[in-house]
Amino acid sequence: MKVKDIAQKMNLKVYSCEDALDNIVTGGYSSDLLSDVMGHSKEGQLWITLQTHKNIIGVASLRDLSAIILVKGFTPDLETIKLSESENIPILGSDLDAFELCGELYQLLK
Amino acid sequence: MRFEYKVEGGDFTQAGYAASQVKKSLKQLGVDSSVIKRVVVALYEAEVNIVAHAYRGVIYADIESSGIKLKLVDEGPGIPDITRAMTKGFSTASPAVREMGFGAGMGLPNISENADSLLIETEVGKGTTLNIEIRF
Repeated sequence: MKVKDIAQKMNLKVYSCEDALDNIVTGGYSSDLLSDVMGHSKEGQLWITLQTHKNIIGVASLRDLSAIILVKGFTPDLETIKLSESENIPILGSDLDAFELCGELYQLLK
Repeated sequence: MRFEYKVEGGDFTQAGYAASQVKKSLKQLGVDSSVIKRVVVALYEAEVNIVAHAYRGVIYADIESSGIKLKLVDEGPGIPDITRAMTKGFSTASPAVREMGFGAGMGLPNISENADSLLIETEVGKGTTLNIEIRF
């Protein structure tokens, strides 16, 4: 499944990097600790978090994640959006909290 | 092939730059992607440790045909108790650093898990040097 399919099915906002919505999604990882994501996420996963600063793009890019979904209506910092465009990591968003969002996403991806 | 990167303590805007550059070089050299992933995790964590804890530091990355040697030399407070610092969940990071999602006490354990060898030399009040080796 592609990032854009998930964005459409879950009615997610797209904050940046519409060009990379064809990235293939292999699964998901939910954490707000950057070292946890750095150490344990896998290539192609969607990252569900409430962190909005630009370091999330660094981590997502280094781990080759497919996209980031911000929960609870959090919005990305301007610097984060700029970096996401250059690193081809789309940032999406939802008003759901992480528990609800992961539940829906799990149903879609299982 | 040797690369050198300067790191400023407290400057999170540049954190991860060295890891990103080394990743690009290893990809160009055709190094196995599972090895690149391990290098990236170890280097990123070590780089963030300098930003989060030290005043400044220098990263040296030596890429050879058999593997990569990373040396991270910082001027900083040093590590009083390495065994505690290596314990998952133990951290001395500031509240501001923790709010950003860093400082969860996973950095050094992540480095150790991904490196083939890790040597820590530290002097309290002066600084810390990490020697990391990962074979291709």
